[in-house]
Amino acid sequence: MAQSNNSIKKILTVAFALCIVCSVIVSTAAVGLRAKQELNQELDRKSNILDVAGLYEPGTDVEEAFEQVTPRVVDLRTGEYTDQFDAATYDSFQAARDPAQSRTLSGEKDIAGLSRQENFTTVYLVGNPDDPEQIILPVRGQGLWGLMRGYLAVQGDGNTIQGITFYSHSETPGLGGEVDNPRWKSQWDGKEIFASADSVQPDIALVKGGASGETEVDALSGASLTSKGVTNLLQFWLSPEGFGEYLARFRSGIERETVQDASTDTEGA
Amino acid sequence: MSAPTPKGVLVTPIFKNNPIALQILGICSALAVTSSMSVSLVMSLAVIFVTSLSNFFVSLIRNHIPSSIRIIVQMTIIASLVIVVDQILKAYAYEMSKQLSVFVGLIITNCIVMGRAEGFAMTNSPGLSFLDGVGNGLGYGFILMTVGFFRELLGSGSVFGFTVLETVQNGGWYVPNGLLLLPPSAFFIIGLIIWALRAINPEQVEENEFKMKDNTQPKEAV
Repeated sequence: MAQSNNSIKKILTVAFALCIVCSVIVSTAAVGLRAKQELNQELDRKSNILDVAGLYEPGTDVEEAFEQVTPRVVDLRTGEYTDQFDAATYDSFQAARDPAQSRTLSGEKDIAGLSRQENFTTVYLVGNPDDPEQIILPVRGQGLWGLMRGYLAVQGDGNTIQGITFYSHSETPGLGGEVDNPRWKSQWDGKEIFASADSVQPDIALVKGGASGETEVDALSGASLTSKGVTNLLQFWLSPEGFGEYLARFRSGIERETVQDASTDTEGA
Repeated sequence: MSAPTPKGVLVTPIFKNNPIALQILGICSALAVTSSMSVSLVMSLAVIFVTSLSNFFVSLIRNHIPSSIRIIVQMTIIASLVIVVDQILKAYAYEMSKQLSVFVGLIITNCIVMGRAEGFAMTNSPGLSFLDGVGNGLGYGFILMTVGFFRELLGSGSVFGFTVLETVQNGGWYVPNGLLLLPPSAFFIIGLIIWALRAINPEQVEENEFKMKDNTQPKEAV
């Protein structure tokens, strides 16, 4: 019996039959579950977007809540919307790797440690797309151990921050990993990106030992490099290198229309 | 070794012949996925599923596996099962599969699965092999859950995600032990579990590999 099992014919038969059976099982599982998996990824991305906009509670119907969100593709160089791509399917991470659709960043410009930046990226508008309540910007940059990816929600004035969230990072658990602590994230609500209406460079930063102004947020304790990473990535993405041109449209618009609102804001602060 | 009984193969691996504590197998994943209990639970279930079914299928065709390619045959069966588990998790427990990330795939290289297929399933009947797989999976799961319990409780102040000790970061009083959130801490906990198990079952204690000579006297170096 052992002899016949080890004949070349038997070895080939067993190997071949096993491969066929296993590959059928594996491919059935992969193909049969693919639709569900893609749906999960999509839901995960959408719930992150809703979460940063403050529209997500556990139990919310993500698809239904996402109806008030409109994705648009923005040309980062001009700050204009473009219809070149389908906003629902455009993948900015892929574009960032494609030399034809991205540019290299070098030296001092590359404070977020990205090395390549896409020319077009997707933003998400909450409410009326022509006069959005919130603008959700994808941001990313190097933390201590690796790339942190997240979303920043800015109110319709292009200056006031609604919230921030990091959906993928590899920071030290318990220290830098606290970037996804809801308690820490909650202090971003109402902070301002720019100190004055005519500044071009963002002023928002994490500071150690108690944030005081409207553009300062408490740094994460015990995580200087992660905090620096968050500051750098925001400074990069909100500067004219990133979304600066795009945000300028909202900032100038607000200035003209609602001077009154702006003055009451300063009183409130 | 006497003939294995169904109850024996199911229960022995949990305390008496634990794959992690006695055979010191599968340590890598025990370090990596035990920072929270719910992740440990899913990982344990995945390993129970893979060990039991791989044992079952290997045993089913054990009389037809040519000995020259038996390891490859076992690996193929194990790898297929692991991919199926991974796909199912991605479809039905997406959050969990994100946290487990690469470690589900690494069940393929988990020595427990391979060791049971080669050491038990190749020579025993399918039913018994299945139970042996479940038993070893349970033994693995027992250690994982224990380690996960201490790491999550002392590292993040919660059990299964429910807050037990309110941490300082969330405005409570408990200063969490950051070491327990990092993989090396599992070494300490597994070490303590091995100590406890061997204190209870002294027959698990290994013979010293190198014996000290009886008449050696401590002497000052000259």
